[in-house]
Amino acid sequence: MSPKTVQKIANVFVWGGGVITIAILLGIILYVLIQGVPSLSLEFLITPPKGGLGGEGGISTAIVGTLYLLGVTLAILLVPGIGAGIYLAEYARDNRFTRIIRYAVETLAGVPSIVFGLFGFALFVTSLHFNFSILSGALTLVCLLLPTLIRTTEEAVRTVPRSYREGALAMGASKWQTIRHVVLPAAMPGIITGIILCAGRIVEETACLYVTMGGSSAMPTSLFSGGRTLSLHLFYLAMETRAFDKAMATGAVLIIIIISVNALTNWLSQRYQRKIRGG
Amino acid sequence: MTSHVIIDRTAKYVTIICASASFVILGAIFVFTLREGLPAFQAIGVIDFLFGTEWRPGQEMFGILPMILGSLLVTLGAMILAIPIGIACAILLAEVASYRMRQIFRPAVELLVGIPSVVYGLVGLMLIVPAVRQIGGTGFSILAASIVLMAMVLPTVISISEDSLRAVPRGYKEAALAMGSTDWQWIWHVQLPAARSGIVAGIVLGMGRAIGETMAMIMVIGNSVVIPDSILSSARTLTGNIAVEIMYAAGIHRSALFSTGVILFLIILALNTVATFALKRGLKAHHVA
Amino acid sequence: MEYKMQTRNLDFYYGPKQVLKQVSITMRDRQITALIGPSGCGKSTLLRVLNRMNDIIPLVRLEGEVLLDGNDIYAPGVDVVEVRKRVGMVFQHPNPFPKSIYENVAFGAKMMGIKDKAYLNETVERSLRAAALWDEVKDDLDKSGLALSGGQQQRLCIARALAIEPEVILMDEPCSALDPVSTLKIEDLMQELKTQYTIIIVTHNMQQAARVSDRAGFLLMGELIEYSETDDIFSRPRDKRTEDYITGRFG
Repeated sequence: MSPKTVQKIANVFVWGGGVITIAILLGIILYVLIQGVPSLSLEFLITPPKGGLGGEGGISTAIVGTLYLLGVTLAILLVPGIGAGIYLAEYARDNRFTRIIRYAVETLAGVPSIVFGLFGFALFVTSLHFNFSILSGALTLVCLLLPTLIRTTEEAVRTVPRSYREGALAMGASKWQTIRHVVLPAAMPGIITGIILCAGRIVEETACLYVTMGGSSAMPTSLFSGGRTLSLHLFYLAMETRAFDKAMATGAVLIIIIISVNALTNWLSQRYQRKIRGG
Repeated sequence: MTSHVIIDRTAKYVTIICASASFVILGAIFVFTLREGLPAFQAIGVIDFLFGTEWRPGQEMFGILPMILGSLLVTLGAMILAIPIGIACAILLAEVASYRMRQIFRPAVELLVGIPSVVYGLVGLMLIVPAVRQIGGTGFSILAASIVLMAMVLPTVISISEDSLRAVPRGYKEAALAMGSTDWQWIWHVQLPAARSGIVAGIVLGMGRAIGETMAMIMVIGNSVVIPDSILSSARTLTGNIAVEIMYAAGIHRSALFSTGVILFLIILALNTVATFALKRGLKAHHVA
Repeated sequence: MEYKMQTRNLDFYYGPKQVLKQVSITMRDRQITALIGPSGCGKSTLLRVLNRMNDIIPLVRLEGEVLLDGNDIYAPGVDVVEVRKRVGMVFQHPNPFPKSIYENVAFGAKMMGIKDKAYLNETVERSLRAAALWDEVKDDLDKSGLALSGGQQQRLCIARALAIEPEVILMDEPCSALDPVSTLKIEDLMQELKTQYTIIIVTHNMQQAARVSDRAGFLLMGELIEYSETDDIFSRPRDKRTEDYITGRFG
């Protein structure tokens, strides 16, 4: 076979790969949207699910559960995550302690969600007696997301040019003043992107919440109530009821949220790029 | 005037405490899962646990070989599908596609990562399972699970492979083309081998994610505790085993589930170490070259 | 005579490499002292010793004394933050913060805890006037500092440094990244500023040194070869190496 023929076959192979990938992406998104959007209505969003084999009702409690979980998780996550990121970028030196921390962050990043769920189940639900609750779910998620926020924060802070720090120090600012008033504000867009990334993962997470939040479809009223997120609700609909149309509709809501979050993140990073160039 | 010294020092210690959190959590996960899982290891014996073929909690039989095979086969199936497609797509993005195409493609691949696993599972349930049923069996099978898992692993393979391909110095390409080789010859004979370490790392990381996947697997694999005898057979993954039974398990049964968690943890640890090692080797190779 | 700043037998090391050798130089108040020499001679290092900016680099070592108003700024127990408030610096590449012009200039005052709006406004205006930038930006103080031209950014950095009310201003090749017109503006500015401050400038541009400075020090490979009135150095250099450098035989 001549090299030219091989090239032609290779082209088909390469383009084929691309086409299949796009087909998968579009296939999933379009399928869920087409199947799910017809069942979407305002009523669907604000009615609580009534359980049962028919999967009656809407997804209001799941929406509230998701938002509640989002708020609590982020509230607990922000300080440790950003603090650790600042430490790694600004204070850490090449010593044993730093290497241990980096190893811990990398390893944690690879642990599967269900193992976090087991941990959360053992510690928060059982040992600490928080039971199946938003709090247990949130604390478990914090452990899961810490590496993500630490990494994105560290990177965002490292990107801040050295000249800014030098300028501030040369004016007699202390190290913390430099970080707080110059470095952090400059790194803020990157940090916010990281936070939005974590928020996206909170919405999509299922496995670790499955074993820490319980499956209650009631409206969560406090930190210690059980509850469902949209993802969990979709799972229960698909596995315990015949209401596949409702499951699709929930899926559609999820997809719309994810696409919006992605678009927001992309738009934010483009704005950030422009701002550095002095727009 | 020394107040800023105090503030500086406080700030430093606060961030150190924050950084220690990751280490503390990792240790805690290790300690807790091991502590809960130890009784099962002791009562059943590690060998019998890992290679036992019967998982019947009611009769105090706890062998996880069926689940190990289930996870293994599903992961294998997913990678067999994902590797060629993923590498092909990576080559497309790194070498062939125009700038504008890349602008559309990269966000698209990132979008794939963001789709919740339950949505993949749902689509698998509604589209793939019935399709597989046409071929044979109930449709809830290793085949269906592999296909769903492939879609979930694809973005990882694509993005890491693409980065590795891009990292290969342009000088090699110019040299190859100047000697009259075609684009494909350069890719196949020079670029891919040069990017090999990175691509391997991407594959290994993809495998890690595949083995760790839980919810989508529960939805399409059937969850029967059998030694799978064909790709159309139903099965259960290690992850699915944990998720499905943990809520109501007690005693040794519960401990056995934690032991499964320990096994999972170790497998993923091993895979990640291999991947990091491969990535570092890849970087070193390019510095030498 | 009390010198504003002075070094005595200064030795400076980056790790094992000695970059400054027994440098003893005096800098007088209300004068512009220029440090000249070929690249790598240590002039920038010497400048950064004067406000302890080298402290942020690991593995540096210093022996000898560096005096500000007669007191060694490297003595144990000296607050480096306070030193830097008295000895300000302008860098080679303008480095305004990614904030508004107003915020850039007000930064120093805010760091010292000043919150009074009126006082801040007054400080910003005073500093921008002193840096000859006020008229160009007075209607646009909210504009980003990064949106200014190179010459304007450098004047913004000067205004920012002036707002701290330092006693000494160090300038590390302040015009090398700027066009000729901006360069002349800043040189004029320096003449005005010297009536109130002590200015020490590093420059590789000999004509500039000859134009603006009152005294000049020639460094070569870490040693201070010659140091005297600018006119003397440029017309009657005493050391052959100085003469070679000035006439362009090297560097």
